[in-house]
Amino acid sequence: MFAKKSKLLTGILAGVLALSLVGCGANPSTPAGQEKAEPVNLTGSGSSFVYPLFNQQIEEYRKSNPHITINYQSTGSGAGIKQVSEQTIDFGATDGPMTEDQQTAAKGGKILHIPLTLGAVAISYNLPNGPKELKIGPAVLADIFLGKITTWNDQRIATENPGVTLPDTKITVAHRSDGSGTTYIFSDYLTAVNPEWSSKVGKGTSLNWPAGIGGKGNAGVAGAITQTPGSIGYLELAYAIQNNLSYATLQNKEGKWVAPSLQSTSAAAAAATIPDDMRVSIVNAPGADAYPIAGFAWALVYQDQKDKAKGTALINFLNWAVTDGQNLSEKLHYAKLPASLVSRVETMLKSVTSQGQPLMK
Amino acid sequence: MSKKTKLTASIGDQTLRLLTLLMAISVLVLMFWMGWQMFQSAGPSIDKFGFGFITGRVWDPVKEQFGALPFIYGTLMTSLLALLIATPIGLGVAIFLNEMAVTKVRMVVAFLVEMLAAIPSVVYGLWGIFILAPWLRETIQPALAKWFGFLPLFQGTPLGFGMLAGGLILAIMILPTIAAISGEVMAAVPNEQREAALALGATKWEMIRIAVLPYAKSGILGGIMLGLGRALGETMAVTMLIGNRPDILPSLFAPAYSMAAVIANEFTEATYDLYLSALVEIGLILFGITLILNVFARLLVWSVARGPKGGIS
Repeated sequence: MFAKKSKLLTGILAGVLALSLVGCGANPSTPAGQEKAEPVNLTGSGSSFVYPLFNQQIEEYRKSNPHITINYQSTGSGAGIKQVSEQTIDFGATDGPMTEDQQTAAKGGKILHIPLTLGAVAISYNLPNGPKELKIGPAVLADIFLGKITTWNDQRIATENPGVTLPDTKITVAHRSDGSGTTYIFSDYLTAVNPEWSSKVGKGTSLNWPAGIGGKGNAGVAGAITQTPGSIGYLELAYAIQNNLSYATLQNKEGKWVAPSLQSTSAAAAAATIPDDMRVSIVNAPGADAYPIAGFAWALVYQDQKDKAKGTALINFLNWAVTDGQNLSEKLHYAKLPASLVSRVETMLKSVTSQGQPLMK
Repeated sequence: MSKKTKLTASIGDQTLRLLTLLMAISVLVLMFWMGWQMFQSAGPSIDKFGFGFITGRVWDPVKEQFGALPFIYGTLMTSLLALLIATPIGLGVAIFLNEMAVTKVRMVVAFLVEMLAAIPSVVYGLWGIFILAPWLRETIQPALAKWFGFLPLFQGTPLGFGMLAGGLILAIMILPTIAAISGEVMAAVPNEQREAALALGATKWEMIRIAVLPYAKSGILGGIMLGLGRALGETMAVTMLIGNRPDILPSLFAPAYSMAAVIANEFTEATYDLYLSALVEIGLILFGITLILNVFARLLVWSVARGPKGGIS
């Protein structure tokens, strides 16, 4: 029995040894540009919205930089902000910008918001034998979610959709029950376009909803929508596309009707005025092609990095993620950062220092 | 036995006694520690809202207003509903398996009932979203509204999702607990009891009623209480079906919310301290309610066990 066990143990040890030797052998073959290939471990957590993209980017980046291990956990934006403030992780990610209070509470000094990608929120609905295209203007959308418009054949929906026959089905509103960045962007939009929503409900990751039922996660909301005739709800655009749900065409700031797509999302970011700290809401953005319910997801990085090796690895990775790494986004239904923004993000990354020295030239 | 072996034996006994005592104490310490920790973390919320937290009906994270009453109501109502449905069915299953069924049927059915307990709650939730909720909306709720619509309990738009769906899924989930435990205690009833009843000319039902049930009642109560414990704390399946709306509405068709569900839903995105501590306070209240109900259940079982045994003695 013991002999067997020890044999097994030696086997495992030998295996581990062999693996680590292989690992050593691999290191010198990394691109010549890197002087030293000291292994670096980075930990990050936060936004679950960026997780699918981020994870792919990390895997792809590792192929050319095997000495950098990045471990990203999708704990939710709130947790990401909290952990980065407490300095228990090397970087965070969020899909709602940090508030002033949160920024002053951060223990490691100034935090930079590095835009990673763009997301849009689609308004999905379930109308059996319903119209192919449904137009919903900002005032009508707000009143549906405020519980003031309660049937589909309401006069106000009808005037926006001439020639469309609408059933007299009751409207069932479906929303997220879990705290979520998607809810934040959606309520940010309604707050921007509707004064009543702004004073009664406001914006946040969880709200005191005036109407409807809550589903857990995108899947829960999608389930409630597909299972309830006459329902309407909001979903991450990627989720609505992947699951073939019908979604509404919305009216943007210029009065144009725009369907959600990766192009119209990027257009919103390109048209919006983005301040230097990148903490910006791009809902109801100007521009004829801009889809009105869109938002950024940011990486949260301290401007002053304590550990030089970690800091360098992190900045190089983020620089890759906003340039070459963007090529992975469309396959995963994320919108690309507009080119005009990418150069500004690079400037921002160059401002990150460690012991007074910039980490990227 | 020589003196030496006696001594080692007593040392062994002593060690065992100490060791087990330590383990028993560790459970107590753990419980108090958890309660104390939660009380500490809930501090900001307790300071700000005081008793008003329990009676408050508004839950608005944007305006920093927190009241727990809708969640307490939702948890208690769904659990009560689940007990009302699952207890008679669970008892029926146990009686059938123990007193009526032939061995082969008993083995198969008992196995299936135990399987019910092994299904993960998220699977129950998914089944609920795709099958139970549409069925309730299209068939059950319109029928209930038609026949019992004069009661406020069965008024309003049938949505499928809501208090009724939450209670039903909980009933299915606690059914195996009640059935299995009731079955065990019924199986422990001595056969002489049954034989005596039958010998007196009792029918099968009379035999069950006068010889089996009274003998097993404290165990059955214990099983029901275990089921209740599971219903109070169940999170995933409930949040997927209850509609997640912090409101106190009389109708079973209306969406509601439960304590465990709101914690699971909002904890990860609770972005400021007061919000987080309000969620912890809900956890503390749930902890308290479970504790009180358990103590109450103990007393009940104890008083039932001390009362007249029933049966034929």
